[in-house]
Order: sequence, then structure tokens, then C-alpha cells
Amino acid sequence: MMDFAYLSLVGVYSAMAVYTLAFVAFTWDLARRYSATPALVPAGAANPATDAESSQPWGPFQRIGVTLLVLAWVIHLLAAIGRGIAGNRVPWANMFEFGLTSTLLIVAVFLGTLLWKDLGYLGAYITGFVLLALGVVTVNFYVDVTPLPPALQSAWLVIHVFVASLGTAFFALGAALSALQLARARFEARDMAKARIMNTLPSSSIMESLAYRLNVVGFVFWSFTLIAGAIWAERAWGRYWGWDVKEVWTFIIWVLFAGYIHARATRGWRGSRAAWLAIIGFGAVLFNYTVVNIAFTGLHSYSGL
Amino acid sequence: MEPLRPSDYDDGTEARAIQQPALGFVGAGRFVWRQLTSMRTALILLLLLALAAIPGSLVPQRSSDPNGVVQFRRDDPELFEVLDALQLFDTFTSAWFSSIYLLLFISLVGCILPRTSHHLKALTSPPPATPSRLERFEHYRVETTHGAPEQLLRTAEETLRSRGYRVVVQKDSVSGERGYLRETANLLFHFALVGILLGLALGTGFKYQGQRVLVEGQTFTNQLTSYDSFNPGRFFSDSTLEPYSLMLNTFTPTYQFDLTSGRANPLDFAADMTLTDGSGARDVVLRVNQPLDHQGTSVYLLGNGFAPWITVYAPDGDVVFSQPVAFLPQDSNLTSLGVVKIPDGLASQLGMIGFFYPSAVALETGALTSVYPEPDQPVLTLNVFRGDLGLDEGIPRNVYSLDTESLTQVTGGETGRDSLVMGLGERVDLPSGLGSVEFTELRRFVSVDVHRDPTQLPVALSAVGIMAGLIVTLFVTRRRAWIRITGNGKGEARVEFAALARGDDPGLGKGLDELVHAFSKVEKSTLRE
Repeated sequence: MMDFAYLSLVGVYSAMAVYTLAFVAFTWDLARRYSATPALVPAGAANPATDAESSQPWGPFQRIGVTLLVLAWVIHLLAAIGRGIAGNRVPWANMFEFGLTSTLLIVAVFLGTLLWKDLGYLGAYITGFVLLALGVVTVNFYVDVTPLPPALQSAWLVIHVFVASLGTAFFALGAALSALQLARARFEARDMAKARIMNTLPSSSIMESLAYRLNVVGFVFWSFTLIAGAIWAERAWGRYWGWDVKEVWTFIIWVLFAGYIHARATRGWRGSRAAWLAIIGFGAVLFNYTVVNIAFTGLHSYSGL
Repeated sequence: MEPLRPSDYDDGTEARAIQQPALGFVGAGRFVWRQLTSMRTALILLLLLALAAIPGSLVPQRSSDPNGVVQFRRDDPELFEVLDALQLFDTFTSAWFSSIYLLLFISLVGCILPRTSHHLKALTSPPPATPSRLERFEHYRVETTHGAPEQLLRTAEETLRSRGYRVVVQKDSVSGERGYLRETANLLFHFALVGILLGLALGTGFKYQGQRVLVEGQTFTNQLTSYDSFNPGRFFSDSTLEPYSLMLNTFTPTYQFDLTSGRANPLDFAADMTLTDGSGARDVVLRVNQPLDHQGTSVYLLGNGFAPWITVYAPDGDVVFSQPVAFLPQDSNLTSLGVVKIPDGLASQLGMIGFFYPSAVALETGALTSVYPEPDQPVLTLNVFRGDLGLDEGIPRNVYSLDTESLTQVTGGETGRDSLVMGLGERVDLPSGLGSVEFTELRRFVSVDVHRDPTQLPVALSAVGIMAGLIVTLFVTRRRAWIRITGNGKGEARVEFAALARGDDPGLGKGLDELVHAFSKVEKSTLRE
């Protein structure tokens, strides 16, 4: 019989190699954008090239980067499927597998958004983040395929965990846009007038709007994760909400993003402060996945470590 | 708390600047109320709520991890006192956490009630009249076309209507508004949040949960005396316990031995039970993730382990104790810890504390350990204590722990005498001629939780409201649009289009282009007729 777990691991490493190449291409693309920016556009003034919503053709390195990214993603997808076949179940039942699937979804969401808007300037961040995350989960969180314990034998594993990773993917992109929005806002306020690369980015208000739309989708998925988790908890543990550490942090993240949505409609909070909330929110998502899984004891102890 | 409310909505922050002059009592009250229901306060309260929940994950909670709290107290009694005074072990019922969410909900209600009446008014009144100068709008298009103004006006009306606008036709223009559902859904979302809180507040008093350890062959009846522990809500009464009984026939775990890790992975836990109620008896299987729902209660399989049947004989051979004793699992290979108390029938009261190993193997040190969770080599070891068990003082004692303070150890530890060690079916003598102990039989036990939770229905319905409200409110946009027709009397007409976002609407420009396009399509189709 073929050893799918082994093949899957080979796939993960191959995908990482191609992600590295894509990362190089996207970084090169950023550098090209930098050198291609001829003169300083007065800060605060509209930048016609980028403010007109993404009618610019893709640069050659961006095209190479996206092609490599698609290739890496397909290998990554095969690795995830291989892992699923090896375990004869969905490939998100422990910490390693959750990381494997979440990063897959981050790239999928990014590729999906490319069809909608030119977010090519995020390519370096996305490939860099996914590469790093894949490296960490494979080196530090890898566990052999084990059968599902009775507590995880439920259809809710498929739904609850998958939607959680989908929400994570949207928050990851949203946080990236929020961070760039903050940098660009500082540039627009002349703080970083010399950072010419900032000129190649859309205006902070455009990025704010994009970040909001991604985060809002993430928020819907996160709300669903929370509710689906509660339904499952009622079946598995006899209560739908019990302030288990994972539940606490899921709640904190939900409240943070609820705060973010409200901040956008509050005078003095719209813009940079709201962006900070989105970044803190994604930070809490990462904390929830790493520190809460490893260092805290609770009912969600499925890391397998 | 409308995040994307119409741009003309008053969120209360403006009012403060105006209300500077001396406020009377009513004025001051109104000021505080406005402050409390403002968006900024709601936002701060939300962030405080997130912050206040953090300690609940750092410090063990009495509600979710009572053993962790006991452990904390043992490890650091001084810090425990301080944190306990701050209610940190009960974060989510603490005064500070409760006051944050109660203020947040008051703020929420104070915000959505006026918005509801505002919205009801908007729902029953027609869209506002067309402004006189449409060209001043940011989103504005103008086209020239042929045709009679009256005909074009009808085309404009039809276009807006077909695109879901609520329409009012005026002298030379049509005004429309759409997306009322956005605010409806937004209100639904927020009312559903209140629904969760009310559901919890009202239902919690009527719920109960009880635990019971059930050994194979034993029967549990749903009445108070049959529970090992029971937590009723405030309004619970005995009469709400539905009469039924459950007998555990057999418990069957399935394990898979993993050769590489040397670990036994559980695959399935199945408790075969017989359920008896007014309508007769039937067999049911209880599994993890598959609770039994019966007469408004749910029965959950939450734990399992071994219950060695222990028989204690007096020196003359009389049986003074004979029953299965549940040993609580300590690790994944089910090394289990148990306690036996013999208050009567022997020369002195006896307490025994010991381990059960389903697959016992001796380590190099001589200590035993279990290497597999199935009973391949079952061994029972007991340390015996004699003296006063403290059972006669009327103080409730935990059956799973032995207070050795007023007892003298007679086997194991530093007594110089080995612990009693028994294989299945073996009988060994107690020291000092006290009698003998037999490991008679091996049974399994399950621990079941029985819950009745009337908060489930209102909370579940509210959750549906939350999801539906959230999805609709975030993806429906509310817009106003106007079309004005100005004929020049020579068969030509100027058609002006303008659109206004009510709230956040990045697709407004594109939407207006589509509207223009739709207009010309409708116009062409009417020409063809």
C-alpha cells in the first residue's frame, strides 16, 4: 500500500520550495515597483496609477509570482488530500493538519481575491507568511496519522474546523491590508515621504475599504464557527458553552472584530484605530492557535503533541 | 450600535457639544443616557469585554476546571487569597465582568429601541422627494435620449422598480430607495443578542445537571437520591425530574494499538443500556458525541473506567463488604486510583487506597504501571489504613478520597509491610489478623451526565437570528437613487441619474452605472413594443 502520509509530507516540502520561489518573485516585483516609481507624488494627492481601482496590467514578476503561487498551491492541495487519504478523514483533526489546511485556504482566498482586485502587492506577505507557517507546523507540530478519538467523531469536525480555518484565512488577508493601510496613512501624512515604495500602493482609504470587506467575511465565518462549535460542544460535552480556554479566546476574537466593525462607524476611530483593532484581532487568532493550544489546558487539546 | 448606519444618523456624539449649559436633573439624566447609548461607549465596552475575558483563560475557573482551582490553592495559598478576592476564579460571573456586559446590553437596548421606531417610520413612509440639483451628488450621470418625457418617466419608474427600489414618481422625476432589509437585519442581529442574554437569564433557573457513576449491572433512576452529584437551577423542583431508569448492561471500548508510538488509540466507546419508562423497556447505545435525548433531558457519556469487585472477609469468613468500586483513571492506559472504606464488621475501621492496573508490568524500580487500557493482566494493589474513618460525625465525605489524618497505615509506604497485591480472583490476608480481601471480579463503569437545559431553545433560535441578521446586514446595501427627465420640447430629453449611499457602500458608482445601463435597456424594449 502507498504511504500517503509520507507522500503528503513530500508534497508539503515541495510546496514550500515552490512557495519560496514565488516569494522571491513577489519580492522582486515589489522592488520593480519601487524602481519604476519615477518621482514623488505629493503626499495626500491622488495617485492616478493606483487609485483608479486596479486597471494597471500586472508586471512580469507579479505574473511569474502568481503562476508559481498557483503551482505551489496545487502541490499543497495534493499534500492535504494525501494526508486526508492517509487518515481516511478530513485533514484538519490536529494542530499540524489545521495549520496545513489553514495555510492552504489563505492562499486559496488570496488567489480568489486576485480575480476580484489586484492585490498583487500582498503577494510577498502572503507567500512569506504561508511559508513561515508551513515551516513551523511541519517542523514543530508534526504528528503521525492517528485515528480520530471518539470525541472528534462527528460531522461537526468537518464543518466547525473548516469554517474556522476559512475565517482565519480572511482575517490573515485583512490584517495584511490593515497593516499596509497604516503604513500608507503615515506616508500620506508625510511621516514617511521618502518611502517611495508607498507610492505604488493604493491609497489608505482604498485599502481600508478592502480590508473591511475581507474582515467582514472573516467575521461571518468566525460567528458561524462559534455557533457550530457551541452545537458540537452540547453534543460532545453536554453543554453548549462552558468558558473552556479555547471558547474564551474564540469569544475574545469575536468581540474584537465586533469592535472593529463598530469602530469604523465611530468618529475618531475610523481609519487607523480600526485598522489596529483588525491587526490585534488577527494577533489573537494566531495566539488562539499557538499559545492556547500548547500552553493552556482545556478541552480542545487535540494538538496531538 | 449600527456599524454602517445611514450617514445622517445621529449617534449622540454631536449632542454633547451643544448641551453645554447647566443641566437640570432630567438634563443630567439624559446626558448620561446619551453617553451610555453612544457608539463610542458601546465600542469601549466591547473592548473592555474582550480584555476582561482574558483572565478567565489564564486562571483556572471554578466553572470549567474546579480541580485546577484546588491545585492552585494548594500550590500558592497566598496568591490564591488575593485572586479569589478579585473573583478571578469566577471571572465570567464576577461583579466586574457582569457589570461590563450588563452596561453593554443596556447601551445596546438604548440604541436599538429608538432605531427600531426610526426604522418603522422609514418603512411606512415613501422615499424622500428628488433634490433640486442632482449634479451636486458625487455619483451623478447624465444621458441624452429621444422620447416623450412622460414615457421616459415611466421607463425610469420601471427601471428602479425592477432593481428593487421602492419608488415615488414626481412631476419630472422618480425617487427610489432600496435595501431597507439592511437595517431590519441589523436590528434582528442585535435583538437576537439580547435574546441570548434573556434566554440565559430566564432559562438558567430551570435547568439542572446531575452526574452518576454507573457500574455494569447497576441501574440509575432519574431521581435526586440516585445522583452522585446534582446542580439544580434556582427554580428547580423534584417534580420536574422525568421518571425513567437506565441500566448499564455492558460497556465496550475499542482501541487500536499504534505500533510506532506504542500508544493505544481509542476508536469507540459504546455503553449498551436498557432504558425503562412508562411505555416499557428498550435497549439504547450511548456513545461520545451521541447523547441520549429522552423526555426533555439529555444523557451524555463523559467518562469510563474499571470497577474491580472487592470482597472483604472478617477473620471468621463472614462477608463484611462486597461490591464493585469505581477506580478513577489517571492516565491513557487506565492506571486507576480508588478508595475502599469498611466502617463496620471488622475489629477496627479500615480504609484502603490503591491502584488498579488493567495491563500491569513491573518497572525496573519494582513499581507497577499499566501498558494498555484493556484488562490483559489486571492487578489490584491496596495500601491499608486502620483507625477512625470520620464517617460517624455526619459530615459528608468524598467517596473517592481517603482522609488519612486519624488513620494508621498498616501496609505499603513506610510500614515495612508490602502493599496488598492481587490478581483477578485472588484473595490475600489483611495484616494483624484483621481478615482478608479478595479481587472477586472485574467490571467496567461509565460516568454519565444528565442535563435538562431549557435555555437551549431560546439561545439556538437567537443564534439563527444572529447568523441571518449578520449575513443580510453586511451584504445588502441601502441606497437612494433619483432619475430626472428634462424634455427640451423637440423630442429630446436629458436624463439625470444620481445615487446616494446610506452607510458604507463601495460599489455605489458601479451600481449607478448599472442603473444607467438598465434604463437604456428598458427604454429600448419599450421602443420595440
